Amino acid sequence: MHPVIISNISKIYADRKVLNDVSIEFEENTITAIIGRSGSGKSTLLKMINGLVKPSSGKIKLFGNEIDYSNLNELRLHIGYSVQGTALFPHMTVYENITLLARLNNKSKEQINERLNTLMDLTGLPSEFKTKYPFQLSGGEQQRVGICRAMMLDPKIFLLDEAFGALDPTTKSEIHKELLKIQRTEPRTIIMVTHDLLEAFRLADKIIVIEKGRIEQAGTKTEILNSSNDFVKYFVKAQSE
Amino acid sequence: MKKLFILIILMLAIDLNAQTIRVGAKHFNEGYILSEIISQLFESNGYKVERKFNLGGTLVCYEALINNEIEVYPEYTGTISEAILKIKGKMSYEELKNSLIEEKLEMSPEYGFNNTYAFAVKKELAKRYGLKNISDLKLYPELKFGLSYEFLNREDGWKNLSQVYGLTQNPVGLEHGLAYKALDDKQIDLTDVYSTDGEIPKYDLTILTDDKNFFPKYYAVSFYKAELDPKLKEIAGKISGQITESEMQKMNEEVLYENKTFAEVASKFLIEKKLLNSNSPTIRSESMLEQILPKAVQHLKITGIALILAILVAVPLGIFIYTYSFISKPVLYIGGLLQTIPSIALLAFMIPFFGIGVLPAVIALFVYGLLPILRNTVTALFTVDPLLKEVSDGIGLTGYQKLRYVELPLAVPTIIAGIRTAAVINIGTATLAAFIGAGGLGEFIVTGLALNNTKLILMGAVPAAILAILTEIFFEIIERLVSPKHLNKK
Repeated sequence: MHPVIISNISKIYADRKVLNDVSIEFEENTITAIIGRSGSGKSTLLKMINGLVKPSSGKIKLFGNEIDYSNLNELRLHIGYSVQGTALFPHMTVYENITLLARLNNKSKEQINERLNTLMDLTGLPSEFKTKYPFQLSGGEQQRVGICRAMMLDPKIFLLDEAFGALDPTTKSEIHKELLKIQRTEPRTIIMVTHDLLEAFRLADKIIVIEKGRIEQAGTKTEILNSSNDFVKYFVKAQSE
Repeated sequence: MKKLFILIILMLAIDLNAQTIRVGAKHFNEGYILSEIISQLFESNGYKVERKFNLGGTLVCYEALINNEIEVYPEYTGTISEAILKIKGKMSYEELKNSLIEEKLEMSPEYGFNNTYAFAVKKELAKRYGLKNISDLKLYPELKFGLSYEFLNREDGWKNLSQVYGLTQNPVGLEHGLAYKALDDKQIDLTDVYSTDGEIPKYDLTILTDDKNFFPKYYAVSFYKAELDPKLKEIAGKISGQITESEMQKMNEEVLYENKTFAEVASKFLIEKKLLNSNSPTIRSESMLEQILPKAVQHLKITGIALILAILVAVPLGIFIYTYSFISKPVLYIGGLLQTIPSIALLAFMIPFFGIGVLPAVIALFVYGLLPILRNTVTALFTVDPLLKEVSDGIGLTGYQKLRYVELPLAVPTIIAGIRTAAVINIGTATLAAFIGAGGLGEFIVTGLALNNTKLILMGAVPAAILAILTEIFFEIIERLVSPKHLNKK
């Protein structure tokens, strides 16, 4: 059973169709990259998985059940979420940012500290950062804290929305390595949105190319590189130049 | 929160101490002197007196009496019949006394002197135009009349007088205390005076004869409710038949031009009349600090209570209308409308509902404090970074958790800024609250204006300005202390 199954989803804003009859399944414990141009609908698709956006028509099943929009908070505790610019809470320390959800959901102090240390270790954050505020950290360090926050409750699904988009190439590549290390240590279903083909190739087991609200192709890196689809060919070529 | 409630209750409790005799005064020199005389009489008979001397004109004093804000104040028979009972035509003392029975009011026997309204002009002007009687004014429509606001609006004032005498001049309104100076500076040619005013000789004025016998008699009396304790009535009537016109003029002059305090003049008079023991301690005059400090405390108390109430209402209301954003526009609109009511009008508007004193002032200041706090609360919550709001939802915070842990902490600096604005506005507006008998630093300003006394005006204005600045600094410190750390990066 795939943890995320999307069937015939459309989304219309005012009179603009952002997603048009999209169906796709996400496999367990793999990394899937949704790739496309700005405005292609990739972010909207991702936000439907944690209920931030409700589809105009179609169905989304998570862990075998359709999304219950009246109880999204409970569902979201099982879905990690990290976005570009990290969106760390600026008034909280690193410790408070990462552990907020765990503290609000009555995890024990021991559990919290153990998980916190594991995550900071995996992402290479030194322990003295716990008392620092986001403004005292570099972009890369903030992004790592963002990942730790999303992973704190050990979610089965992890959504990344252009999470590494604002980082310089060196930092980006370091974080990519750390993400893969985490995935090896504790595998989960990761779905990431990016416009960067190289990032998708580096991280993802499966790549979905989306354009004008429709899926052009879904496949492995090799399948995408050897695609016969005109748009995919154009997209790959444009990104390689 | 619990501590806050205790604080409010304690602040309110200061007003609820042992019962005292509250003596009112109309705000001009003679009113103050007579009220001080009555007050000292009560004190020498063992009563505690609260001097509510800044009530303003007749109607505010009368309202205060009716609403049990004061027990007694000196009033004039003519004023009682014309301005209070609205009776046309002249009445004897007995007739007036009988008319008061129906209203459950009483007055003491007359003090003695008749302080009637009169028209005064400079002696040289009277000479130049040959003015002797009020009728003579008819020939000189070009004369500039500056009349007190009260006289302009009274039944026995300008409206009827101008008809009886056929006068066509177009008077301007001004504070009685400022009229003599205006006469001296030739800004006006004529003003209404009281026949016992100490300024009449000082400014070299001539009183025009009321040749058509228009003005009613204004004999001073102690004015109180019929239900007042007979013992108190007796004390309030002790000066009946004791003050002649020249004695009253002299007392007025002493205050105005010999720099004596009301208390000194009153006790000197009472000692002369053997109504007060000469070794009585009432003459002791207070230092400036001793006078200012209690008023400043009272000022802070009024603004403090109003501000705390405004915070307790506006912040939760702001959160509520943020959550139900469709009502935010109408609520803020109504808040904005309330803010546009001129402060003095809002204060006056409170009198019919809440009488005079601290309560209506607190309510008015509370109303003024609402909008800045409400607007800042709503704006602050609406303008929290939308990405942070989305992420809060995305990671699974409930609506309450998002508000409590993300939106409110980030909104705090803006909310505090709103509270700061409200506090500073209220410190300023509270000076006007003295007009409705709420006390505070405005009392000096109101008295100073009524008596044309710059020193008194400054005694109120300077500390009020300092309080406003200190309030600003205080909230700046609070803002630093409670603002999220990332905003104080230094």
